[in-house]
Amino acid sequence: MTLSEVAAISGEAGNFDVTIKEHPRYVDMERCIACGECVAKCPKKVDSEYDAATGTRKAIYVKYAQAVPLKYQIDERNCIMLKKGKCGICEKICPADAVNFKDSEKMHTLNVGAIVMAPGFEAFDPAAAGVWGYGRYPNVITSLQFERYMSASGPTEGHLIRPSDGKEITKVAFLQCVGSRDENKCGNGYCSSVCCMYAIKEAVMAKDHVPGLRTSIFMMDMRTHGKDFDRYYERAKEESGVRFVRCRVHGVEPEGNTGDLRLHYINEEGRQVEEYFDLVVLSVGMQIPGQVKKLSNLAGVKLTSDSFAATSDFSPVSTSKKGIFTCGAFAGPKDIPQSVLEGSAAAAAVADMLAPARGELTQEKTFPEERDVGSEDPCVGVFVCHCGSNIAGVVDVEAVAEYSQELPGVVHVEQNLFSCSQDTQDQMIQTIKQKGLNRVVVAACTPRTHEPLFRETLKSAGLNEYLVEMANVRNQNSWVHADSPETATVKAKDLVRMAVAKVARQFSLQPISVPIKQKGLVVGGGITGMTSALNLAKQGFEVHLVEKTEKLGGNAMFLGHTWSGEPISDKTVKLIDEVGRNENIIVHNGFEVTAAEGFVGNFRSTISTKDGVTKTIDHGVGIVATGAQPLRPKEYGYGRIPNVVTSLEFDRLFKLKEQHAVKAKSIVFIQCVGSREKDRMYCSKVCCTHSVQTAINLKQEDPSRMIYILYRDMRTYGQRESLFKKARELGVIFINYELHGKPRVDVKHKKALIEVWDHVLHRPLEIEVDMVVLATAIVANPDGDKLNKLYKVSLDGDGFYQEAHAKLRPVDFATDGMFVAGLAHYPKPVEESVAQALAASARAATLLSRTEVSLDAVKAEPDLHFCDGCALCLDVCPYHAIDLVEEPGDNGQIRKYISVNKAQCKGCGLCQGTCPKRGVAVQGFTMDQISAQIDAALDI
Amino acid sequence: MSFEPTIIAFCCNWCSYAAADLAGTSRMQYPPNVRIIRVMCSGMVHPEFITKALDQGADGVMVLG
Repeated sequence: MTLSEVAAISGEAGNFDVTIKEHPRYVDMERCIACGECVAKCPKKVDSEYDAATGTRKAIYVKYAQAVPLKYQIDERNCIMLKKGKCGICEKICPADAVNFKDSEKMHTLNVGAIVMAPGFEAFDPAAAGVWGYGRYPNVITSLQFERYMSASGPTEGHLIRPSDGKEITKVAFLQCVGSRDENKCGNGYCSSVCCMYAIKEAVMAKDHVPGLRTSIFMMDMRTHGKDFDRYYERAKEESGVRFVRCRVHGVEPEGNTGDLRLHYINEEGRQVEEYFDLVVLSVGMQIPGQVKKLSNLAGVKLTSDSFAATSDFSPVSTSKKGIFTCGAFAGPKDIPQSVLEGSAAAAAVADMLAPARGELTQEKTFPEERDVGSEDPCVGVFVCHCGSNIAGVVDVEAVAEYSQELPGVVHVEQNLFSCSQDTQDQMIQTIKQKGLNRVVVAACTPRTHEPLFRETLKSAGLNEYLVEMANVRNQNSWVHADSPETATVKAKDLVRMAVAKVARQFSLQPISVPIKQKGLVVGGGITGMTSALNLAKQGFEVHLVEKTEKLGGNAMFLGHTWSGEPISDKTVKLIDEVGRNENIIVHNGFEVTAAEGFVGNFRSTISTKDGVTKTIDHGVGIVATGAQPLRPKEYGYGRIPNVVTSLEFDRLFKLKEQHAVKAKSIVFIQCVGSREKDRMYCSKVCCTHSVQTAINLKQEDPSRMIYILYRDMRTYGQRESLFKKARELGVIFINYELHGKPRVDVKHKKALIEVWDHVLHRPLEIEVDMVVLATAIVANPDGDKLNKLYKVSLDGDGFYQEAHAKLRPVDFATDGMFVAGLAHYPKPVEESVAQALAASARAATLLSRTEVSLDAVKAEPDLHFCDGCALCLDVCPYHAIDLVEEPGDNGQIRKYISVNKAQCKGCGLCQGTCPKRGVAVQGFTMDQISAQIDAALDI
Repeated sequence: MSFEPTIIAFCCNWCSYAAADLAGTSRMQYPPNVRIIRVMCSGMVHPEFITKALDQGADGVMVLG
């Protein structure tokens, strides 16, 4: 339901009535074919929201080229017809008769069991604050606008020119924290978490666009705390030459009428500097829009003081209102990977709540029995689509249809105004049956969007769904050769000829069905593993939880409070109890996985104790939640000077009321001990918050304590920023140091003596303190390699597990059926581990909820006439789907050949491209078929 | 008459083929000399296809992935 908003919510968890107001689109979604004729003719131009007002759109428009659904809409605030009753040109020229000015608002009521609120954020609008000159000086733009200028589909097609005069930019400044960490100008005290990283990305990409471009990023702290982000930051500095200036710039001034902009700031040496730039980019932060606040109010969902959805760190996707869940930036500023995994986590939380009702409303579509066409010669039907005038307006479709009749194997040709319309589909089914067609070519748009539709058509006509081929005569022909209709017609004929040649060599393929063992295996019994196991168990699946040590709990047992103040060990104890009581969870304490075989849906793992007790578990999915461990530092006199301890040690000493910890009147925290250095170029993410939190507690308990935090970048990201502010208010002293000028720790009169360069005073400082607390790195478990070998789940260079895709598949492994969560993936705080644990469960449940999973039939198939078992393909297969079979042959020699595991094969065909003997081919893309396409393309 | 090359392009379904579709959606115009063959991964393109295409008269072959 698009163009819709929630007008009211009533009821309670399990039984909500949601009233939805659907605004009129004025375009019939069923009819609109997204041809864009209307846009070409619409006379009304307005600023494009998608282009952040750097470009224009029409009053009838589609938000952006990849929009889903790809259907046009009319903006009633700007449409001349809707406002003044004149014009209506779009209605007249629409070839699909889709424009409907009489469309009206509709109200819908839905009865649902649970609600997920994912309304997202809005970018801060810097115009009102005035100080940056946004809205006044054309060469001050926001990061979103800069993004559009860099895009090939943007207003300048990716050419970086400045808005005022079109001059190519040579020097650009990025100002960080615009609308974030700022209570004076906008009241957004929190950190938006994403702007540092996107500014670096924009700076690096801009340098690619304009060779020699000088880029400077003005920031307070560089917050690149995500996985692999610090490496990117280092590369930006060292390889791309992006300049970073640690200073918040408070004003932008124009330099006469030149369009240049003057920044006045204080550099790291403490000098006042004036510098000129062609363009200033404001790295705008995230905030919750007013209407979302209203909606929260309507739904009874509580917000934090920063206006984000209030959640518990132990249930990060549950709002204050039972049955209403949340994910994404609404629950706090966050980046794409975290938002994506929270989306899955919210699904897991809903699945837990609605488990009893699972499958109640599902319906299965049935198709007629499939006709066996194996023994028939190809009888190809060609359907040439006009797509209104989209194809027919350029390509001579008559000529293409006529030509197609002469092609070998073609027995029927027809033209359709819209091949995808429902009536054409019905008619196509009849034609296939009546004419006895056994192959179909549709010359229309792209198979990427429409092949699934035509496959359904074939199924409905009793044909195997793989016996259709599309000739892409719209997206890759009429639309891109609009000015040369004759050659476009020639090309259309070629494309049809290629498709006919290919489909004639296509055989019926059967989708592969893989049975799923509806049991889960979770490796690691910390907060993450227990959360995953519990969620799957509550969804009704049997789960085996394997823990290496003798008890559950993991690292959480040594932690105090989450950033928002929830007690971690107490909650963990409750979690252990809950796991213990759940009948669906079988806990294996003291066991490690020692052997594994199988694939998605069908794993068999062997677990063993140190004493050699072994068990075998059959399971459909596996979740790796093996955690990580704290670094034992080798610097700052640790182990040599008794006053030097790690943060976890300090917490313990303090909790046990150990005298030299409790009585310490002066304490120094040193950050980034072992993190963000040459061999460990990543941020451990939790240590800044941990030290700040401890410092606050120490100061609150005894304000006379002197507390110093020596840091490189203070990374209290998101709403944690409030802790940083509180610590400063309480008088905690923050001293910034750089990697090349690390603090030195020595002993003096039984105290610790710290030497550090002060960034404000610009001179060396000596601090005598009672205790030194080292904020040590989180490091990967040294034995991560074991699971890597057993389940083919890969590790990154730091020893953490590598997800399938950093942004889009943040909890999946490249190996199907295996998932990752928690510290095993990357250092992270409790609430992020819990969210990831839930996400892993949600992803696992998509498999476990079915007894079998149906896979596309486009898979590699060995041809045993040619395969001689040379095994070259084994090494190139990225999915480890190929095995070498060796068995005694007829002549007494060993016979070798390959076998492909269809459940693991993704049909990429690397094997096919590698095989020197035609011993393996991907069905639907065989050597024979592609050869035929080449021949047909060259008209041989 | 000017030289009009015939070019065979092997495009990966997931990236370059999608990009060619997007070029259409964006109405970008380019010369009509390319014939695109969709593959499920550019790694599927056997060297034999490239030599075959050139052998049989293609003036250029692109493997995009």
